[in-house]
Amino acid sequence: MAPELRGRGTMIADVPRTPSAPAVVVSALRRGYSERIVLERLSLRIERGEFVALLGESGCGKTTLLRALAGLDPIQGGRIEAPRRPAVVFQEHRLLPWDTLWRNVSLGLPGDDIRERAAAALSEVGLGDRLDDWPRNLSGGQAQRVALARALVQEPELLLLDEPFASLDALTRIRMHALVKELMRRHQPAVLLVTHDVDEAIALADRIIVMRNGSIAFQSGAVAPQATAALRAALLGQLGVTITSKAA
Amino acid sequence: MSAVEQTVRASSVPSRRDRADARLGATAPDQGLIASLSRRQLLLISWAAPIAVLLVWEALAQLGWVSPQVLPAPSKVVRTAYRLATSGSLLGDLGVSLLRAGSGFVIGGSVAFILGVLVGFSRFAEALIDRSVQMVRAIPFLAVLPLVIVWFGVGEGQKIFLVSLGVAFPIYINTTLGIRQVDPRLVELGRVQGLSRWQLIRRIILPGALPSILTGVRYSLATAWLALVVAETIGAQSGIGFLAMDAREFLRTDVVVLTIVIYALIGVVADSIARLLERRLLAWHPNYAGAAR
Repeated sequence: MAPELRGRGTMIADVPRTPSAPAVVVSALRRGYSERIVLERLSLRIERGEFVALLGESGCGKTTLLRALAGLDPIQGGRIEAPRRPAVVFQEHRLLPWDTLWRNVSLGLPGDDIRERAAAALSEVGLGDRLDDWPRNLSGGQAQRVALARALVQEPELLLLDEPFASLDALTRIRMHALVKELMRRHQPAVLLVTHDVDEAIALADRIIVMRNGSIAFQSGAVAPQATAALRAALLGQLGVTITSKAA
Repeated sequence: MSAVEQTVRASSVPSRRDRADARLGATAPDQGLIASLSRRQLLLISWAAPIAVLLVWEALAQLGWVSPQVLPAPSKVVRTAYRLATSGSLLGDLGVSLLRAGSGFVIGGSVAFILGVLVGFSRFAEALIDRSVQMVRAIPFLAVLPLVIVWFGVGEGQKIFLVSLGVAFPIYINTTLGIRQVDPRLVELGRVQGLSRWQLIRRIILPGALPSILTGVRYSLATAWLALVVAETIGAQSGIGFLAMDAREFLRTDVVVLTIVIYALIGVVADSIARLLERRLLAWHPNYAGAAR
């Protein structure tokens, strides 16, 4: 469904762009629920194939930004340039309990060979032998892998991840991080990952943004592997967590 | 014959296999054996009481302690059933009754389903329709019977209308409810995946509403029989209810009891068809999957 345009906000969808153009350009975005302003004059660029993590405390507006990019909520001001149909993985897997795994993965796919495409996507997340199984037989991590397959089978230019690993146990989360890294290397979508986990952001992202009170408070440069400890401390500081040298 | 027996047979199959497994595996604990045995025993006990009642009833009737005009012996009812089925009009009457119930169910059910879908989807349709339906629903549907007779006389129309009316409300309410209760997060997912409005209805909303709709179907089957009994006892020229009224004129309590038993059996069969539907259509649903009830 086409994103809704309401108020003064404009959403430019599917504009023809040169290969070097960024995947997402957000400028002066404003969004509020009734009286409360959630996003205020927010601007953001995501390059093609870039993995951006968005950190912030609960209620800082990070999920609101993601939903605006997904076209799920109308915006009140500013401008969003984004691919018309980004793929979204939510915190909950949102699999249809009445459909088998391959039917879930192919939901919304056009064409005749959707079973084959769904099978390929399920193989990529290591569930190629479970095509005709039901969602209720999956563990939390497996269900989230199916949700990833459902997003990637659409071959999106932009992938939006809304705390997709928050409800998984620590070991499963680490495995998912490795899987996501591999999948992103292969498919190269632009990614916006909303998370509250600093280590997850460092492990996955090319660039990390911290949001506070509806606008961007801090942006890291490219995440360099050798400087993660300092970056971690800086990010935690931005989030209001101070670490004494002993604890670090 | 009855669906109850089928259920019993079906559920005894895994227990037999369990016992075979227990015998094969040397280390298998005999708890499974005890559990399956006691389950069989419980099953036997659950059948013991109704069978005992039948036996006592038969004995009382045979000994002449209960007059056949008050309550005929079960064996007499069975003989009457056989006689009426082979030489009488029993099968014809049964067919007439089933046809009335069936057509009433289809008419009332489809109208109610369509209205329920409209109201479930559209706030405008809800504003337009729902209050009126809820007001009519407040009337016990059998209370309109005198009015229905004035409208339709005592022909087929009256009977089918009454069944339709009885069937409509449970299906309407449960369809509306089912559609409203579909997880909004799944609807949102459908939008994210780019489903069209029709695909959204077919892939997400109707499957999500199905458990509730089938509950409505089960309730409505019960009301359909109630409506049929009442409709057929008033001025019918055929059907099970007519058979009962006719027999009452001649104090043939064996036929009257037979018709009561037939109504009960049809009710059981209808209910098990509804359950079968639930089990097949809701195989994905953890509450229904493999539920042998």
